[in-house]
Amino acid sequence: MIRRVLWLAFLMAMSSFPAAAQGGGELRFCLRGEPKTFDPLKVGDEPSLSIRYLTGGVLVRVDRKTQELQPELATSWKVSKDSREITFTLRPGVLFSDGTPFSTDDVAYTMQRLMDPSLHSSTADAFRSGAGAVSTKVTGNNRISVLFPAPVTGLDRLFDQVAIVSAHSPHKDSAVLGPFVVAEYKPGSSVLLHRNPNYWKKDTQGRSLPYLDSIRLDIQPNRDIEMLRFTRGELDLINALDAENFDRLASTNSQAAHDAGVSLDSEQLWFNQVSTAPIPAYKRAWFQSKNFRRAISLAINREDLARIAFNGHARPAAGPVSPGNKFWFNAKLTADRNDPAAALQRLQKDGFHLLNGVLLDKDGNAVEFSIVTNAGSKSRERMAVLMQEDLQKIGMKVNVVTLDFPSLIERISQKFNYEAALLGFANVDLDPNGQMNIWLSSAEDHAWNPLQKSPATPWETEIDRLMRQQASTSDPQQRKQSFDLVQEIVVDQAPMIFLVNKDALSAVSSAIGNADPVVLHPQTFWNAEKLTLNSSMRASR
Amino acid sequence: MLATALVAGLLAATLVRFAPGFDADESALDPGLRQESIQALQQERSGEKHIFAFYRSYLRNALHGDLGSSRSLEQPVRSLLHDRWRVTAHLVVVGLFLAWTLALGLALSSALLQWSPYELLGTTLSGTALCIPAGVFALLSVLLRIPGEAVVACIVYPKIHRYTRNLVTRIYHQPYILSARSRGVNRARILLLHVLPMIGPQLAALAGISVGLAVGATVPVESLLGLPGLGQLAWQAALARDLPLLVSLTLAITLVTLLANCFGDVIAEAIRTNEA
Amino acid sequence: MKSIRRFALAILLAVASVSLAADWISPANYRTQYREVPNAPPSKQHVLGTDSLGRDRWARLLYGTRVSLTLAPAAAAISTLIGVLLGGISGYLGGVWARLAMAVTDLFLSLPWLFLLITVRALLPLNVSPYASVSITFLILGLLGWAASARVLCATALSLRNSSFVLQARASGLHGARLFLVHVLPNLKPVLLAQFWISIPVFILSEANLGILGLGVTEPLPSWGSLLRELESLLSLHQEPWKLAPLLVLVLVVTSFQLVLSNEEIAT
Repeated sequence: MIRRVLWLAFLMAMSSFPAAAQGGGELRFCLRGEPKTFDPLKVGDEPSLSIRYLTGGVLVRVDRKTQELQPELATSWKVSKDSREITFTLRPGVLFSDGTPFSTDDVAYTMQRLMDPSLHSSTADAFRSGAGAVSTKVTGNNRISVLFPAPVTGLDRLFDQVAIVSAHSPHKDSAVLGPFVVAEYKPGSSVLLHRNPNYWKKDTQGRSLPYLDSIRLDIQPNRDIEMLRFTRGELDLINALDAENFDRLASTNSQAAHDAGVSLDSEQLWFNQVSTAPIPAYKRAWFQSKNFRRAISLAINREDLARIAFNGHARPAAGPVSPGNKFWFNAKLTADRNDPAAALQRLQKDGFHLLNGVLLDKDGNAVEFSIVTNAGSKSRERMAVLMQEDLQKIGMKVNVVTLDFPSLIERISQKFNYEAALLGFANVDLDPNGQMNIWLSSAEDHAWNPLQKSPATPWETEIDRLMRQQASTSDPQQRKQSFDLVQEIVVDQAPMIFLVNKDALSAVSSAIGNADPVVLHPQTFWNAEKLTLNSSMRASR
Repeated sequence: MLATALVAGLLAATLVRFAPGFDADESALDPGLRQESIQALQQERSGEKHIFAFYRSYLRNALHGDLGSSRSLEQPVRSLLHDRWRVTAHLVVVGLFLAWTLALGLALSSALLQWSPYELLGTTLSGTALCIPAGVFALLSVLLRIPGEAVVACIVYPKIHRYTRNLVTRIYHQPYILSARSRGVNRARILLLHVLPMIGPQLAALAGISVGLAVGATVPVESLLGLPGLGQLAWQAALARDLPLLVSLTLAITLVTLLANCFGDVIAEAIRTNEA
Repeated sequence: MKSIRRFALAILLAVASVSLAADWISPANYRTQYREVPNAPPSKQHVLGTDSLGRDRWARLLYGTRVSLTLAPAAAAISTLIGVLLGGISGYLGGVWARLAMAVTDLFLSLPWLFLLITVRALLPLNVSPYASVSITFLILGLLGWAASARVLCATALSLRNSSFVLQARASGLHGARLFLVHVLPNLKPVLLAQFWISIPVFILSEANLGILGLGVTEPLPSWGSLLRELESLLSLHQEPWKLAPLLVLVLVVTSFQLVLSNEEIAT
């Protein structure tokens, strides 16, 4: 009897081991472009972000699954009431990949480099809340405080993006604290990461992480070729899989296709409201009219956009925040349902009328405008054509123009010679403070009318006030209240017409153990240190 | 030749400088960046705004081996070119060899065989190859595990084939050739000793052109197949409006094109002189 | 071979007629979206199925043929004409003219014309009609696509200017333009025809690729090029072979053009 119990206990203990007692192996997946930099403080493009995530050690980490902040290189932290100071207690005994000890000096050095005025990156700018220098203070053994000249909202979560660099290592550029280290970079071809032999983290059994020996990142912009290589077993993961390839994979290998649910990404349409834009005054008058914008929103069939442009792997967007952002999403908002009759009623309020199937404004101008979007995105091109037909039903003539990215950026952010634009938000920050530059009327990313000297409309004045209000307090509920109101104003005024929220689709080979794709970037390898590889299963694909 | 290359570099720089999107950067759409940062990033391009000053400075530095720094890839242009030229050279040389072998083979064998169905097959093959987009060729090459050199060959050969086939056929119907054929002279002998030399200058010119065609084909092939060559670099540079990189690539491509065409002209002239 | 040429001509005329009659014979408008049946296989209602937006593929092929079959040969003719004017005449004149023309041609071949095309797009109004956009695109392709053939034409003309029959014609008093038109130009025909024939599919595919710059045909108007871009999702082709229809039509038309334009026949 005792022997049976012991045997059972042994079996249970064995089954609780992580899903590959096999360690080792090389994980392979693709980057969609060339990484622009390996300097973790300068990172801005997605390939570089992925490499930073895999190699950089951070003080705190937003758990991509729970969206909660977790200790990493810091065992604990405390943010002051005025959000101007944060104190970290560092984990002792940690080494850089080259054996150099990790200490408060490295945190201080990192902050000093980050706050250098000549460094321009979104990581750095997130901390620049006001004029004045950022300083650090060592307040005890392994305790360091970082002091800011002005309050920084969501201060602790921002450190998820700050990879600590070494102050004393002779190999400053290559010494890292993350699970992997860059071993080889072949420009235009691939990046090879090896496991960091000095990585501090261990699993529950006390074994050193990561389990994998290496990760090979091939540079492959073409998604069809990436998909082909995955089906042939040459790749183990695909992040951000498009809907068509997802369905293709699901039909042949449903275990490999993962839908983590609605992502934070959104697609939206907006009209040019810049007063000095080189567009006819009568068109500017249309675009500046709430009735016009709301009518467009009502005329668009979001269900069809989600079903046809994204093969059903998207859902109509209710507002600027995706339901995937659990805390900040305003659950009171619902997406406009397609209602051409209601759209026409709205337009009639502004004097628009139909004549022989053509919509005319009150001065007799036929309603015709163009939508610009970036070339190369099949789903965006399809959305534009679907909207073209939706709006034709209410007598509007829409021209779809796809442009290369630099030309598009020049039009929408510098010359403002466009009428309507269709783009999307991707890799969105959970915290709305990361979107200050979108909602503040004086900001450069206030897409429909940026860099205003003073708000052009009362509702933009109100949005400015609410955004500053939510940034001035650290109470999450108060912040949410303010930001909920911002969302309601945005939906009511429709300066941006939010169309769909895409699902987070990915592909993971069955040879990979412990994979748990999530919504937040990086979807499939957020827990790269715990991924395992069953080489025999890969060989049999 | 050098003057042509320098003019090409200047014209390329001008085209890039005044094309839309030159001042635009993806950073403008990053909501995490402040206006000051975006402006600072744009300021980094200030040296490129005055095109003649830029080009003068570029050439002066180039004489010392410094081709400037790629803004989009944040690496010295010289090391980028150095790391990648071999891949492109291999694609071009092998691709051209395959293309010419196929094109000449089809054209000459068609003239030898004098058989309509074969001629029709050759026409249909090269017509089909011309109609298939480069992206499809690239995908097929991955699907069937065919090397990129074969894709370059498939893109280039139909153009060579058509010219060659027409030139061969034209000469084959000249009176003196018809006379030789009627006297029973061996067809292969006619082709090699009488037809080919007559079209030699045109073939030499075509050979020069084909180098340019092959170099052009490397842009979609390398970009789609993820091959780290100059073609892929050129496409990335074009999308990023990376002026130092684009000027360097244009100068390199111009010199290669000029050399190839010059070589073709020399051979053509030699053949003409010989015939005379 | 004469019967093959007649057959090829018949095919071209049939394709042209069917596309011109699209307004009457097409079962649907090329832009109508049958949203309940996107990516549908062939059926009685949609003989070639529907595309990703539910549009009838057969209708789009008919209208796309009309656009491309009219404009691509026109653009090919423009590039061939420029090629013969620059390359042919300069080769005929020889000397410094030939060298100058070839230097210009080499320069032309080396420049990144992508940026000129981007600039053209910037100069065009955003609300240009699809027909205007695609016509301008093919015109530009015609104006830019002459350089390769100009070189070969120049080399051919240089060879011809010292050939015995040209010298004979000169000796009998024929000079200048008349000599060029009567004796040199006909001998440039093989290269001219090759250039014309190659340019048609090259321009059709280029027009589709220029969509990335905002040029080319704009939605919802179809062209062969835009229809062929669907083939880039090669992975599904074995399950959806009807997507190959535009490629087959293009190959048929291109092959027929060549057979019709071929002056010398392979004697049987």
